[in-house]
Amino acid sequence: MAHGPATLADGWVKYISRWVFTTNHKDIGTLYLWFSFAMFILGGSFAMIIRAELFQPGMQLIKPEFFNQMTTMHGLVMVFGAIMPAFVGLANWLIPMMIGAPDMALPRMNNLSFWILPFAFAILVATLFMEGGGPNFGWTFYAPLSTTYAPDTVNYFIFGVHIMGASSIMGSINIIATVMNMRAPGMTYMKMPMFVWTWLITAFLLVAVMPVLAGAVTMMLMDINFGTSFFDAAGGGDPVLFQHVFWFFGHPEVYIIILPAFGVVSQIIPTFSRKPLFGYSSMVYATASIAFMSFIVWAHHMFTVGMPIAGELYFMYATMLIAVPTGVKVFNWITTMYKGSLTFETPMLFSIAFVILFTFGGFTGLMLSIAAADIQYHDTYFVVAHFHYVMVAGAVFSGTAAVYYWLPKWCGKMYDETMGKVQFWIAFIGFNITFMPQHFLGLAGMPRRYADYGLQFADWNMVSSIGAFMYGAAQILFLFNVIRTITHGKPVDKPEVWEGAEGLEWTVPTPAPYHTFEKPPQVQ
Amino acid sequence: MLKRAQALFLRTLGAILALVYVGSANAESASSQLNMPQGVTEVSQAAYDIHMIMMWICTVIGIAVFGFMFYVMYAHRKSRGAVAENFHENLLVELLWTIVPAIILIVMAIPATTALLKVYDTENADIDIKVTGYQWKWQYEYLGEDVKYMSELRTPQDEIYGREPKGEHYLREVTEPLVLPAGKKVRFLITGNDVIHSWWVPDFGVKRDAVPGLFTSAWAKTDKPGTYVGECTELCGSGHAFMPVVVEVKEQAEYDQWLADKKATAAEYASTIGKQWTFDELMVKGEEVYNRSCAGCHAVNGEGIPGVFPALKNSVIALGPVVEHLRVVVDGIPGTAMQSFADQLSEVDIAAVIHYERNAWGNDVGDITQPIDVLNYKQAK
Repeated sequence: MAHGPATLADGWVKYISRWVFTTNHKDIGTLYLWFSFAMFILGGSFAMIIRAELFQPGMQLIKPEFFNQMTTMHGLVMVFGAIMPAFVGLANWLIPMMIGAPDMALPRMNNLSFWILPFAFAILVATLFMEGGGPNFGWTFYAPLSTTYAPDTVNYFIFGVHIMGASSIMGSINIIATVMNMRAPGMTYMKMPMFVWTWLITAFLLVAVMPVLAGAVTMMLMDINFGTSFFDAAGGGDPVLFQHVFWFFGHPEVYIIILPAFGVVSQIIPTFSRKPLFGYSSMVYATASIAFMSFIVWAHHMFTVGMPIAGELYFMYATMLIAVPTGVKVFNWITTMYKGSLTFETPMLFSIAFVILFTFGGFTGLMLSIAAADIQYHDTYFVVAHFHYVMVAGAVFSGTAAVYYWLPKWCGKMYDETMGKVQFWIAFIGFNITFMPQHFLGLAGMPRRYADYGLQFADWNMVSSIGAFMYGAAQILFLFNVIRTITHGKPVDKPEVWEGAEGLEWTVPTPAPYHTFEKPPQVQ
Repeated sequence: MLKRAQALFLRTLGAILALVYVGSANAESASSQLNMPQGVTEVSQAAYDIHMIMMWICTVIGIAVFGFMFYVMYAHRKSRGAVAENFHENLLVELLWTIVPAIILIVMAIPATTALLKVYDTENADIDIKVTGYQWKWQYEYLGEDVKYMSELRTPQDEIYGREPKGEHYLREVTEPLVLPAGKKVRFLITGNDVIHSWWVPDFGVKRDAVPGLFTSAWAKTDKPGTYVGECTELCGSGHAFMPVVVEVKEQAEYDQWLADKKATAAEYASTIGKQWTFDELMVKGEEVYNRSCAGCHAVNGEGIPGVFPALKNSVIALGPVVEHLRVVVDGIPGTAMQSFADQLSEVDIAAVIHYERNAWGNDVGDITQPIDVLNYKQAK
């Protein structure tokens, strides 16, 4: 390419056109990452409203109706707007550089899959300002609360979900096509970095289950507007059918979120241990078996719905089994650190916290898999605590680790290590203050999605809210640190940036040029 | 460097200790606030036992794994001069940490299965009670006894919105609790009327979704009389947090007395249904019923929630012919959130609330709807 990317110096029309029409994987990765951070702040502010209302018993700030919109939007925005696009952004930036490809296989579709996302979320968020308010039926949108009993704006929600699904499917097809066709000579499947492996498997999961979600919302659309009765018992349908369809999408979805996080951590821990990843091939097999099992355990989300006992037993046993490959991964990470030469830069701190807290979330997950005990845990704050240990300390911590780890490669500047560590400790402590007490609340009997609660739950709710504000503050520091790095960071010029970093992305100059690997590298 | 590792270590140790503390806490002490209640039935005891087994297994594994991890983080730091080795696989170790967890899981599955079998043992019950979830209250029907009533939150709105201090039983009090006899096996047949609810009594270890169009069952048998409080645990709309479950377990004799009183009250009510009410009596009664059963959607001021629930103030129904108004309240409007109130409210309540809706907030139709009109409408169908 003769010319570089347009900068502000070329005039704002050219500059904006660059981002709107870009087909460059690095530009699109950047767009995804900034978009996901914006959504993270938005979804986070919904969480702050929730925690502020729950600070004390009684309704102080908002009405229960709006509270339900907040819990719903928090879940939807965080899952579909913050976490998933963040990992797609990382995939865009890193996969071509990691496998020695010049760009993604389908660059125009890449542009499209990003640029429909802001519209999807504009439509979704706009419902908050419409008559009837936003979706108020939980991010799991169980029928008939989300059909017969939903506000009219549910149609916008359905349209938004369809667009998000289309975006995810296009993004995944692109990743599959890139990984299968564009690897550099010598880059065999079993030499690919773990991040590429986890994303390849995730992409297959996405292609498999996003259409199921689309089917679920389309059936809703038909029930609401065209007189069908898929989920209406009065017309011969079944509300439980909705839950089966939803969780057939929803359970693989949680692995869609966590598998790329596994990949990130599998890149970072070896770097700061200065030692290769332990058990690479067992990592690959464990990832693949987790992905497979994610399709056959969905009804463990429905242990109280009144399934026959044979169904409960099957789903309980299958769910317990997931602990085996997950355990393999945790053991591998720890053994990677064993007899290494460890340093604790910010990405490593977040990765270690990931291993500890994700494993903790795994333990509560194992407890939840026991159907007889789940009868007490189900739909309580114990579940809320469990999935935030996995989603926040899992996906969000690893995403933060990834940004700190690759930021110097992306922009050629080093972030402020002290500020990064301060952010880590505020986030780590704030996170545990927020979510550890929620285990106690759930066991003591506080159901989730409650706008108000009895006086016996007052103490721990207050503690949890204080922790949430603390965790929220850490994200502002994160944003500040990233922007400061880009504007004032100390320049880095070594290609490898980190002492122990291995992989093709560390062989290109720092900052990574607009076009990399125009001639494929030879992998030994 | 060392300081940081210590801090990390202490923090995590704190978290683990907190969990151990939860584990060792027992239900009799005040710390029941931290742990699952043992409850008063065989099922709740089984759930508690398997919960504790799982927690201890996880705690032991956690201490071993994290302990090793912290040792590594301390011993193999670059700052202590650690030099990285280069090994990256070991077949024996990898096989071991696949097979050993699998064996532990198989062992865990045995008590887990036994516990679940107890949950499903709903046969041979002495009493059958139908539990129906409504937005946002519960209906209890003693099958074969002709006793049926609604149980709703009793906490006033003023306490919820902070205009009055909160009482001791804030959000844990209902108009009329479910009453059960001690020592009898009770089977609950659970269903929903509108959206999905979930009926949970932690001390019984009973949580079952109340799904419209589906009956699910659960059971409880306890020898300990007392009051047990539970919640609705499936998101069911804006009143989700405001439909608690309260169960009173009485000794058999007291229970029999209660049941007899209930039947007598019902018979007495039936005999007064023909009474003529005055305009003002109906307004007072109607306001009470409206605020309890209708205001959740249509709002206390009758203006509804724009875009979700229609206003009744100046509405075509409330100002139109009374028979239309009766039809909406008694039969509901299929395919919308407006449900049939025929089973939820008595004839007196329906008459009063219709009267109130036609004559409150500036609506001034001026007619009087009597309970007997409601009865006639129902019988004419």
